[in-house]
Order: sequence, then structure tokens, then C-alpha cells
Amino acid sequence: MAEYMAQGKQPEVLFWVGCAGSFDDRAKKITKAFVKLLHNAKVDFAVLGTEEGCTGDPAKRAGNEFLFQMQAMMNIEVLNGYEVKKIVTACPHCFNTIKNEYPGLGGNYEVMHHTQFLKSLLDEGRLKVEGGKFKGKKITFHDPCYLGRANNEYEAPRDLLRKLEVELTEMKRCKSRGLCCGAGGAQMFKEPEPGKKDVNIERTEEALGTNAKIIAAGCPFCNTMMTDGVKNFEKEGEVAVMDVAEMIANAQDL
Amino acid sequence: MAYITKILFLIALVLGVGYFTYNIRKVISRIKLGQEVDTSDHKKQRWSNVVRIALGQSKMVVRPIAGLLHIVVYVGFIIINIEVLEIIIDGLFGTHRVLSFLGPVYDVLIGSFEILALLVLLGVIFFWTRRNIQKIKRFWAREMTSWPKNDANIILYFEMVLMILFLVMNAADLALQRGVAAGTFTSETASHYIQVGSYPVSQFIAFLFQGMSEGTLIVIERSAWWLHILGILVFLNYLYFSKHLHIILAFPNVYFGKVVPKGKFKNLDSVTNEVKLMMDPSADPYAAPPEGAETPAKFGASDVMDLSRIQLLNAYTCTECGRCTSECPANITGKKLSPRKIMMDTRDRLEEVGKNMEANGGEFKDDGKQLLDDYILREELWACTTCNACVEACPVSIDPLSIIMDMRQYLVMEQSAAPNELNVTMTNIENNSAPWPFNQMDRLNWKNEN
Repeated sequence: MAEYMAQGKQPEVLFWVGCAGSFDDRAKKITKAFVKLLHNAKVDFAVLGTEEGCTGDPAKRAGNEFLFQMQAMMNIEVLNGYEVKKIVTACPHCFNTIKNEYPGLGGNYEVMHHTQFLKSLLDEGRLKVEGGKFKGKKITFHDPCYLGRANNEYEAPRDLLRKLEVELTEMKRCKSRGLCCGAGGAQMFKEPEPGKKDVNIERTEEALGTNAKIIAAGCPFCNTMMTDGVKNFEKEGEVAVMDVAEMIANAQDL
Repeated sequence: MAYITKILFLIALVLGVGYFTYNIRKVISRIKLGQEVDTSDHKKQRWSNVVRIALGQSKMVVRPIAGLLHIVVYVGFIIINIEVLEIIIDGLFGTHRVLSFLGPVYDVLIGSFEILALLVLLGVIFFWTRRNIQKIKRFWAREMTSWPKNDANIILYFEMVLMILFLVMNAADLALQRGVAAGTFTSETASHYIQVGSYPVSQFIAFLFQGMSEGTLIVIERSAWWLHILGILVFLNYLYFSKHLHIILAFPNVYFGKVVPKGKFKNLDSVTNEVKLMMDPSADPYAAPPEGAETPAKFGASDVMDLSRIQLLNAYTCTECGRCTSECPANITGKKLSPRKIMMDTRDRLEEVGKNMEANGGEFKDDGKQLLDDYILREELWACTTCNACVEACPVSIDPLSIIMDMRQYLVMEQSAAPNELNVTMTNIENNSAPWPFNQMDRLNWKNEN
């Protein structure tokens, strides 16, 4: 982003990579797949790189409003400094926080989840989505809470999957009644409270019950939780957990 | 004699309505113990929510069986209450079926009341079997201890008895009408029972009354009439003591419900001020607060007074249906958290605080208890994934998640009592701007990796 600023240019969109997308080995693959798609669609984009910091979502949901607002204010200063107008991110938690909670602290941007952005590229004819190797494969989509229930976006990822000509099969608990993967509300970073089983096991069980070959996800944390779940059932040989962006990039062998 | 019954009726009516009003005022004053919230925004959407969600029951039918049954009982109760209007006029002025001058309209009204009464009766019986025979899981959860369970059944019995009394009253009336028309009943009292109304359901009950004497029928009709209206007044007053307040509070509760995206949690203004001060290079960190400055607000909630008025209204509105709990990922996987219990605990504690204040002349006397720990356990609060399933599931727009969040804020910001792993996460965010211990300078490394 700093380079754009130095040249006096504005990119079309800022890609907010997020902590998982920057550091988590699995999520980095999603980041790279999404970047390939952006290049492929000739989108002029920038990232903040080392100037990006955690949005504060886990701090806020853990109850640390103080730390959240510190993070938010720092990020908003950077974003406003670069006069950012439009942001896309592959993490529903970053998406929700920047879209809904930053405006009250002085950060007003058009914020899109990467599935929404890819859908818009598709509609504008800039991105071609074809079935390729996924054609006719049985696939189920796991709704991320912070994209679905939190922000009422259920169709963008599904539209993309349909374009991949997959056989989309829904779990019983889907869309507004979708079951959480168990990572939200800072649960990702702590051991669960005692109970009968872990939430991600419950959810993976349901996903495996559809006999889908791929569990499609739209969130790096859901991805981790579902991948762990699949491993727990020792099905990693048969069932893959993939981000929608990875699937599109993969279908085209990018 | 006629005067005595009129006076008795008036006394019953005044007592019934008066005590109910007294209790509702108590509810309002208790809700006002909460923090004020500005709800002057989104007026249009709020009204549309009331029409869709409360009047239109749009969220009830997400579960079709319970939803349709509930609509039958709801519509039945509202419409049959038109009959109560007639009963009140008759009771006060000693008339009989005063609205019968409506002619054919009256026939249609009474006819539809009867059909609805039968449907309500069947619906309520069905509800009862779901609870007690089928034992649907959400009605038998941990927080459904003896009182909540009995409360639910008492409500169902009330409704059954009221509907049966209504139909018996009509049946006896019809039998009398027939007798008068046939010329067998000739007394002065019987002559009140002129031929009016249509009785599609109670005609089958009237069948049982064949051959009864005029006097017996009048006693049956009058008893059913009196028990019906007294039952309604008792039921009205039972509301405050039960979970059934939702039949009134659902409407304001939906109006005041969340109108922004569910993922948008409120930003604490008190924290914003502190953060701005911290980030202001010209602020003097050692400056003494100016004379007369307000003490900083408490962060988060540890007791009901820290919650907002809307959250307290939520607690009184909850009818303990348990749809929230049955959708909660933590609860489904056996954790202690139950969003319904959060609402029930909030109401119980609020009642306790209210009674405490009444006993102490309007001042709250510290009772050594609070909502946190004495009612809601930390283990419950920390099990929440903030997934909003409970908020989505609630048919009357209750937000249990907001209470959980407020209490977490208290634990973290006032008590520094987060689980240890979360403290580590938060330290990481503070030090290197990511929940994991990675250097912020490495954020772009993925670009050059393969």
C-alpha cells in the first residue's frame, strides 16, 4: 500500500489478509489462491503488509473491549492515512469487524468478503469460473457464522460453487440455522469447556453425513476446525476441506 | 339479587384488573433499574419487525409443527377475547348476550369463536403431549427444574379449562334457547335465552343436556359463565408470576430488538474515551482528574443493574421455549451454557433485587449476591462461541448473547479473570498484533513462500 501511495495511485481494492491468512500455514494457501484469482482477473490490489494488525475481533469477543479498540484505532489510522475506500478479506471475522464495528470508531469503508468480491468479478465478466476437476463432485458448504447469520450472506459462496458445476448438497443445519464450527468468540485460542464432545466434531460428523467429497469453507478458522474434525474421523484421505477461493483457483489450475 | 351479582362482578373485575396493573407497574419499575439505551433509531424497521415477527409470527414457523399450533392458539386467544368484551358488558349491566343485536354477524362471530375454541383446545392438548408424553428434549433440559416445568403445564391446564367452560356455557345456553323456543321452559329467567348465535361445536355438547330441567341448565350456564370470566381474571394475574408474560411483552420486546447486523456488537463509549486519551500524545497521563469529574463507568456487567433496560425486558419476555438452547453449539455438545438459562437467571436475579428494594424502601441493600457466579457461572460464559444461533432462533427477538458479552467484559476488564490461554492470546495481540506469537514484520512473508 505504501508503494501505491508513493506513486500517488490508489488501488481498486485493499486486500486485508488477516492474521490467519498471514501466519497460519493452512490459511496462507487460501491467501495465495485468492491472490492468484485477483491477478487472473487483473484486479489492481494492494495489501498493508507489515502495517496490518489484528482487527481486534478475538479480543472483543473475549471481553477485552479495551484491547479491541486499541487495535481498531491503530488500524483505522493506517487505513484512513492511505485513504482506503474498499476492502476485501478472506476472513469473515475481519470482514464483520471492519464492516460493522469500525464505522463507530471512525473507519468507514466498503467491506466485502472474498466470496462476495469474487462473485462481483464473475458478474462483471472479469473472472471465469468453470467446473474443471470439481464438475459433478458432491460438495457441502459450511456457513461461517460471521458471514451467514452475522451478516446475512448465504448466497455468494453458493453461487460460486454452483458455477463450479458441483453437486451442492446441504447439511440439515445450514444457512441461518448453520451450526458453528466451534472457533468463534475466541474459542479458537482456548481449550473448550468440559462437555460431551467438541463442537467441530459435531459439525464434521454432520458434514461427513452428506457423503460430500469436499467440505467447502469460507473462513480460515472454520477451515482449521473442520480439517481437525476430518482428521479425527481419519477421513483425510477421502474428504478434503477447501476454501471456495482455493477451489476456483484449483479448477483452473492456477 | 340482580344488583348483588352486578356488584360482585364489578368487584371481581376491579380486583382482577387492579392487581394485574399493580404487578405490571412493578415489572416496569424493575426494567427501569437497567441502563438507559437510545432506541429512537430505525423506527420503520422496528415497526416492520413488530408486524412480521410479533404479529405475523414469522420466526415461530421455522419449526412448522410447533409454529402452526402456536398460531392456532395465538389467533384463537386474540379473537375469542372479543367475547370477553360481551361478557364484561353483560356482567356490569345485567344483560344477556348484549351484542346479539348484530344478527347474522353475531352468528358468524359466535360460530367462529366456537371453532377456534375447539382448535385451541386441541392445540393445547397437543402441546401438553409434546411436553409430557413425547418429552421433547428442550423441555427437559437442566434448567427446566420443577417450577418451570409446572409453570408450563399450569398454563396449558388454564387454557384447556377456559376453553371447555366457554363451550359448556354456550351448550347450556343453546339447550335453554331450544327449550324456550319449544315452549317447555316458561319461567321469567329462561325468557332471557332468546334464540341467537350459531353453535357449530357446542351443539354436540348440548346433546348431553337433553332432558335436563330448566333450573339445572340455568345453573350450569351461569356457573360456566362465572367460572369462565373469573378464570380469565385469575389467568391474567397469573401472567406476572409465570413465564407467560410473553403474550404481552413480545410486542415491545420485538420493537426494541436488535436492528443492526447480528455480528455488530456495540462499542463501549467509556472505553473509547480512555483509548483516545491514551493515544493522544498531548494528554498528560499523570494529570489528576478535574474536580467533580464523574467516576469512570464500570466496564461490563456483573449484576442486573449493569445490564440495559432492553436486556431486562428480554428476561421478562422469555417464555422458556428453549429454541435458543437447542440450537446452541455449546449446549448441543454438552457444555453447561444454555442461553435460555441466561435469560431465566437474569429474571430471577432481577426479581430478587426488586423485592430487596421494596423491602428496603426503594434502596438496594447489598445482599452479598450478584448475577455473576451466584446465578450465571463463568464456565457458562466462556463456553459461548458468539455464533448468534440463539439470537437467530428466538421467536421474539431476545438477545442472550449480549448478556454473555457484557459479563465477559466485566470478567476481563474489571477482574482480569480471563482463562489463561486467552490472556496469552491477548498479550500476543498487544505485543505483536496477532493472536499468535509471530513478529508483525513477518506479515508479508507468505508473498515469497511457495
